Amino acid sequence: MTAVPLRRRRAPSLPVAWRRPAALAGALVLLAWVVVALIVPLLPLEDPLRQSVGAAFQAPSAAHLFGTDQLGRDVLSRTLWGVRSSLPLAVALVAGSLVIGSVLGALAGYLGGVVDEVIMRVADLVFAFPTIILAMVVAAALGPSLVNAVIALLIVSWPNYARVMRALVLGARGQEYVIAGRLLGAGPLTSLRRDVLPNVSAPMLVLAMLDFGNQILLLAGLSFLGLGAVPPTPEWGSMVADGVVQFSSWWLATFPGLAIFSVVVAFNLIGDSLRDALDPRTAGAVQGSSI
Amino acid sequence: MRYLAIRLGLSAVLLVGVTIITFVLTNLVPGDPITAALGERAAGDPKIVAAYREAQGLDKPPVVQYFVYLGNLLHGDLGTSIGTRNPVVQDLAYAFPATAELAVFAILVAVVIGLTLALVAALRRNRLSDQLIRAVSVVGISVPTFWLAVAAYFLFFFVLHWTPGSGRLSAFYDAPPRVTGLFTVDALLAGQPDVAGDALAHLVLPGMVLAVYTLGLLVRFARSSILDVLNQDYVRAARAKGLPGRRVITAYLLRGALLPILTIVGLAFGSLLSGAVLTEQVFAWGGIGQYAYRASTALDLPSIMGVGLIVGAVYITVNFVIDVVYGFVDPRVRVG
Repeated sequence: MTAVPLRRRRAPSLPVAWRRPAALAGALVLLAWVVVALIVPLLPLEDPLRQSVGAAFQAPSAAHLFGTDQLGRDVLSRTLWGVRSSLPLAVALVAGSLVIGSVLGALAGYLGGVVDEVIMRVADLVFAFPTIILAMVVAAALGPSLVNAVIALLIVSWPNYARVMRALVLGARGQEYVIAGRLLGAGPLTSLRRDVLPNVSAPMLVLAMLDFGNQILLLAGLSFLGLGAVPPTPEWGSMVADGVVQFSSWWLATFPGLAIFSVVVAFNLIGDSLRDALDPRTAGAVQGSSI
Repeated sequence: MRYLAIRLGLSAVLLVGVTIITFVLTNLVPGDPITAALGERAAGDPKIVAAYREAQGLDKPPVVQYFVYLGNLLHGDLGTSIGTRNPVVQDLAYAFPATAELAVFAILVAVVIGLTLALVAALRRNRLSDQLIRAVSVVGISVPTFWLAVAAYFLFFFVLHWTPGSGRLSAFYDAPPRVTGLFTVDALLAGQPDVAGDALAHLVLPGMVLAVYTLGLLVRFARSSILDVLNQDYVRAARAKGLPGRRVITAYLLRGALLPILTIVGLAFGSLLSGAVLTEQVFAWGGIGQYAYRASTALDLPSIMGVGLIVGAVYITVNFVIDVVYGFVDPRVRVG
């Protein structure tokens, strides 16, 4: 059967989102970090792992723009290298929760019955348990490493996606084009894949964009607590933790903290604009309506 | 009434769920709690391990263990912390009020400042003040709490000496006689205004740090829900018939926007706790957050279960209360 033409229509004018200066600024910041992540080995920086104890705790200077840490390592170099551990893992984390949550949520919403009950009750349980504590326990039990921190956060973050996905699928399931597809002989999985999922993907992607900032903060937070990145890996959260030990050396925590902040702000600005572009109620705000 | 009963039942089910998840979690952890409890050397001796397992009831099947755990729970027995060697209930009784004091302070700050900002932003939509407030809100939800804590501590304590150092009281004061466990309240009850002042001074900086994320979250949601109400016909009618602006704001706008705001405050409790773990770590606050951190890193299972239970219970209670208020304010909810 040929596809129903309606479902090929593009999501409601996503490009509108990019007309906002805030979203553009966010995208540029993000792009800059991606470029840094790609070319950082080529930059004329000190080795982020090279220690020189004689040069520990040096304030920012011409030689070390961001100063040096407790082992005499160059903070600028470590901050720039840090994007290589934070960004790819955050992408993996959000993509992982998006996929796991979407699949479970779609199954729950589409199949209903026992499958729905089991999946959603497990999601409720994870919700009722405090996120950070669950993540801390899992991370501590698996042993500190960035990958384990990501696994811990995957376990606590999928239910949010599952809930939204389930609601979206429930809404789409009753639509005429879906019923028509089923009547024309499509099995449940085919129907889900061909008729339902394409129509709920846009809001799910916006949800993921809005979630990015949070996940980066949680991931860095776990590293800050010593449950993520292991020394000597340059990672922003653990670099801020180094700064706690030595308060007088303000540059230790300041620069990696600003790095985290810049990435999270960028994601939040983009996410906000995407949401406004998709939601007709808030979309009016872009043009500036009355009252 | 029926609505209340259903909500209450749901909360109870969730609470049982939390006990199950704490229990399952602690049984599933791949780390070895016995080694954590006994230390490497004793854990190498099978006799000691067997004796320990028997003493802790670990030799019984998991289902039996769960019901033993549940039974102890009903007697207020959460086990003995492996780290502190105290009954977990006793540890929590000291740690919980510390976090509660901090969290209540943070929520108050966030709600008062957040609602004011959201109202200004909504009323002056798309003007400069609106855009500034929205920028503040994005910054609020984007700034890493732990970094903010470090930066604030460095600036206001280390450089400016405006605030006292870490902890809940200065070293030269004794904790006030314990009634509620909240130092500010207890000190006032005991007639020690200087101690209360000192406790409050210690509270301000970590409390503000903790409030920032909730504040940002609140501003963005409250602004859009106030905007929604602003467009309703009844608000236009109220304005058209000449009601004074202040009355429109209090009687119509804030009331109409109350429900979504309540929901956010309930949800914010979860993120507040994440913030508390990180903030307490920096300010050596000695609350649930720090306790949870110590327990997780040491794989101190009884403590972890205790923390999970109490925090889960608070979260569920807060959301139950919000649900009830919801049904009270909005009759439509009661039907569903």
